Amino acid sequence: MTGWPLLSTITFLPLAGALIILLIGRHEDEAVVAKNARYMALWTSFVTFIVSLFLWTEFDRGTADFQFVEKVDWIPAFNISYHMGVDGISMMFVLLSTLLTPLCVLASWDAIQSRVKEYMVAFLVLETLMVGMFCALDLVVFYIFFEGVLIPMFLIIGIWGGGRRVYAAFKFFLYTLLGSVLMLLAILAMYFDAGTTDIPTLLAHGFPASMQTWLWLAFFASFAVKIPMWPVHTWLPDAHVEAPTAGSVILAGVLLKMGGYGFLRFSLPMMPLASDFFAPFVFTLSVVAVIYTSLVALAQEDMKKLIAYSSVAHMGFVTIGIFVANQQGIEGAIFQMLSHGVVSAALFLIVGVVYDRLHTRLIARYDGLVERMPAYALVFMIFMLASVGLPGTSGFVGEFLVLVGAFQVNTWVALLAATGMVLGAAYMLYLYRRVIFGKMTKDDLKAILDMNWREQAVFAPLVVLVFWMGIYPASFIDVMSLSVERLVENYQLALATSEGPLFAGLWPSR
Amino acid sequence: MDQLIVLLPLLGAIVAGLFGRLIGDKISMLVTCGLLVISAILSGIVFYDVAIAGNARVTELFTWIDSGSFEVSWALRVDTLTAVMLIVVTWVSAMVHIYSVGYMSHDDAKPRFFAYLSLFTFFMLMLVTADNFVQMFFGWEGVGLASYLLIGFWYKRPSACAAAIKAFLVNRVGDVGFALGICGAFALFGAAGFTEVFAAVPGMADAQFSAFGIEGHALTIICILLFIGAMGKSAQLGLHTWLPDAMEGPTPVSALIHAATMVTAGVFMVARLSPMFEYSPTALELVTYIGALTAFFAASVGLTQNDIKRVIAYSTCSQLGYMFFAIGVSAYSAAIFHLMTHAFFKALLFLGAGSVIHAMSDEQDMRKMGGIYKMIPATYILMWIGTLSLLGIGIPGTPIGFAGFFSKDIVVEAAFADHSAHGTFAFIVGVSAAAMTAFYSCRLMFMTFHGTPRASQEVMSHVHESPQVMLIPLYFLAAGAVIAGGAMYYFFVGSGMESFWGESLKVLPGNNTVEEAHHVPFWVKASPLVAGLVGIGLAWVMYIGSPGLAPQLARSLRPLYLFSFNKWYFDELFDRIFVQPARVIGFGLWKGGDGAIIDGLGPDGIAATTRNLARRASLLQSGYVYHYAFAMLIGVVILVTWYVLSQLG
Repeated sequence: MTGWPLLSTITFLPLAGALIILLIGRHEDEAVVAKNARYMALWTSFVTFIVSLFLWTEFDRGTADFQFVEKVDWIPAFNISYHMGVDGISMMFVLLSTLLTPLCVLASWDAIQSRVKEYMVAFLVLETLMVGMFCALDLVVFYIFFEGVLIPMFLIIGIWGGGRRVYAAFKFFLYTLLGSVLMLLAILAMYFDAGTTDIPTLLAHGFPASMQTWLWLAFFASFAVKIPMWPVHTWLPDAHVEAPTAGSVILAGVLLKMGGYGFLRFSLPMMPLASDFFAPFVFTLSVVAVIYTSLVALAQEDMKKLIAYSSVAHMGFVTIGIFVANQQGIEGAIFQMLSHGVVSAALFLIVGVVYDRLHTRLIARYDGLVERMPAYALVFMIFMLASVGLPGTSGFVGEFLVLVGAFQVNTWVALLAATGMVLGAAYMLYLYRRVIFGKMTKDDLKAILDMNWREQAVFAPLVVLVFWMGIYPASFIDVMSLSVERLVENYQLALATSEGPLFAGLWPSR
Repeated sequence: MDQLIVLLPLLGAIVAGLFGRLIGDKISMLVTCGLLVISAILSGIVFYDVAIAGNARVTELFTWIDSGSFEVSWALRVDTLTAVMLIVVTWVSAMVHIYSVGYMSHDDAKPRFFAYLSLFTFFMLMLVTADNFVQMFFGWEGVGLASYLLIGFWYKRPSACAAAIKAFLVNRVGDVGFALGICGAFALFGAAGFTEVFAAVPGMADAQFSAFGIEGHALTIICILLFIGAMGKSAQLGLHTWLPDAMEGPTPVSALIHAATMVTAGVFMVARLSPMFEYSPTALELVTYIGALTAFFAASVGLTQNDIKRVIAYSTCSQLGYMFFAIGVSAYSAAIFHLMTHAFFKALLFLGAGSVIHAMSDEQDMRKMGGIYKMIPATYILMWIGTLSLLGIGIPGTPIGFAGFFSKDIVVEAAFADHSAHGTFAFIVGVSAAAMTAFYSCRLMFMTFHGTPRASQEVMSHVHESPQVMLIPLYFLAAGAVIAGGAMYYFFVGSGMESFWGESLKVLPGNNTVEEAHHVPFWVKASPLVAGLVGIGLAWVMYIGSPGLAPQLARSLRPLYLFSFNKWYFDELFDRIFVQPARVIGFGLWKGGDGAIIDGLGPDGIAATTRNLARRASLLQSGYVYHYAFAMLIGVVILVTWYVLSQLG
């Protein structure tokens, strides 16, 4: 490793960009400020992405340890330090965040016309917080980033959102905050038990069985809302529908993954006994999510809402994969998260393209778009198929690995989750048919224009990624395999050395 | 060379699909057709090298998914079974490509059409060259995608869009079974490659396994799951409903995908997995019954349909049933033999039907045809060749006959030679379905070509023979439909069988029904033919001899007629059970579940309650001193009471 603090650079570069935007934003002319803000945000996020590529090239795939580690004492009295590092589980989420941010800036280029400066600042701050959250190796640092993400997102939905934006923003904020409060309590409890908030130390700490249950539940409350799991998912459709396109992209692309990442970083390795105990509970909720939200998606009339519900179904696969806790399941879950990050982001961008033209997301307002927009139809088709999980696209690998993993643990879970394959295809094909196929009958569509070069530039990297991840997923699985392997090993070891099933924690015996 | 065969069609698809507008219709067609012809020629060379010279091989390309012990690669496995499929797929595909140049000449989206056709061929080739379950699944879903795109090719027709979605979804139901079967195989064997799994099967022959609450023979459970996938793709009873609707696609598509190649993927899959199925007699028995029932069901529906393409579609469904029951009695080679001959004569029939439709100004209803055989003689004769091959006309005991004669007879004889309950069932059903096949095929020919013209003057004046670019592929296919059976009999099911198939098919020593089929009594050999002749005779009487008889019969047997005409009411049934409830439940869960219950009790409910409480609390602050004093007094009373009571207690 070089001595250069790569992770801090990636984390705080966007923040620096945001500051510069604020500093140069004191011009008389509103249009100039907006233009400067746009270009500055694009350059900052683009440079950040380029820098983050060093993570990809320099990452050592031969170790499960944390890499690019930085550690500086922060509050020595409480043993709290600024500790950063990534392993195979978190590294690619950093890349996902740094990739999606410049695309979001590009996608907002013309769509956002009011308060452009503040909007771009919010996005850059958001990027800092997302990246920081995935890199943090100290619970307190993690918590700050984790919660901090809420603020810019709340503003993005609440200020630049649609008609019911205030309702959606508050729902989003309160839902997620409620879970987080419990997590804060759990973090305190962990600190008092272990005497540190250092994540690598906590990973090796081994919490007593009785404590694990409560810790697990507290963390679960936070992560389950974030992912989101049924039945605490109802904030998501509202937030997505009201958020501006780029907000939806980040929300679906990265923010949902924070929950899954949390399960992998905390719940599974730090509370293995509780995770094992609650696994059937998680499976039940996940399977319900897959079937329930797929059926609900089938009935949607709003494109964004449909995709939002499909996200919940896809995240159901993720939670199943995580808690089957074997190599295939967890790798499938991580892969599914990465794939969903690309695919759902792209799908929201796709909705954004027609929304920018017609200012409606109602499916019934569209038909026969393929006639006027062949390039759009092709891009939509690719991501529709990836969402459906067609082999050869990224969507297949994660979903299939999760099924393989789940089948070894519980065949019912595998069977019920697999019905998602059919239902998922149903709502996506139905959507595609209504929007793209058919005769073009509506007059205001007859002059609609196909994607311009800027829009195509946004989709190009995502298309490449979808096929790369689908045809040669090995380059991504290689990154995570050792870290996942160690996670699974430790998990099995903890279960093997524990004494009997874990009832004691929930109902203390007297 | 193997790589070239597979990748050339993909190249064609990319060129025509992405740059079709740039390079124009002509060059797009030239590129796709040219690449496919090259691929077909190479397949011929590979077939000789692999099947005749015996050089089976696996070419590994690169790793695909590698997760723990779950490792699969992109690889091309070419053994005799694959080589046969390569020939069938590339040759029929090449013929269909060339035919489409003429058939689609009036369409304004030619590059897209040819791109889809080539893309389909690529996926199909990936499927047949798969060396592991997952790559097979890749090809499997890929051909499903191509099928979806091609059925919905005329996307402006609502019926085409609906049929496309239906095909994809029904196939997906089967694919769930396939996917779970793969998961099961991995759970049992710890591998997903064919070589590893097949090697481990004999050791696991008695393994037990618990899945979906059923504790049972592991291989049987896995095989049944995999077979569900095959049922979807090959339109077997229950999952067949998409195939007739798929006729919404252009006719060349029906010939290539929904007759010759894709729908036979299920047969290929079970044959490829013969080393697994052989160890599960129960699964094989199920395959036999499903196959036999499908053969019967589809033939019975075919009797009364009026759309020329739908009749052929049901015929395809029925013939697939034949292949499956052959597989069920371990006559894999007979099944693949029938698959091969069927590909030729059924593609011929479809393309011939396309030629008829072309001539009749896009009319598909046979009730509006008739009396045109003199006007399109070449198509007429070619269609008869296809029909006679489908009927299995030949002279039993001699090497004289159409291709279908050899393959269908060996299939039916093998079922008889199995000497088991399910084998005998399949035999009886097979023979009776042969009679129905003969009836509806001849009915098709008579209604389309003979009798008095029922089309309008306008249409009749336009009837014309198809151009050479459409007829030449038909001649090739007709040649296949005539000679493929007799010529390949020796290799596929005759005495050259063992060295021909090599390791690619596995038959346990006690199950060698194909060998025994050669020694069945003469009446067994002759029975499909006799049944066929009866069917032909009946059709002649009803549609040529005394044309009034058919409607009269339909009236007197009305319930039976309606049952057949409405396809045994499968569509209505599925619509009631699955499609409508899904909509209703989805809407109910959205408004009721998410809206009323979760949001109502959760965030919105809590918010409302909070507001409510806040309002009440604010009411308390009335600003009158006597209100506060009164409240204090009550408080003091309660406190004192509580104190006194607790002291007493």
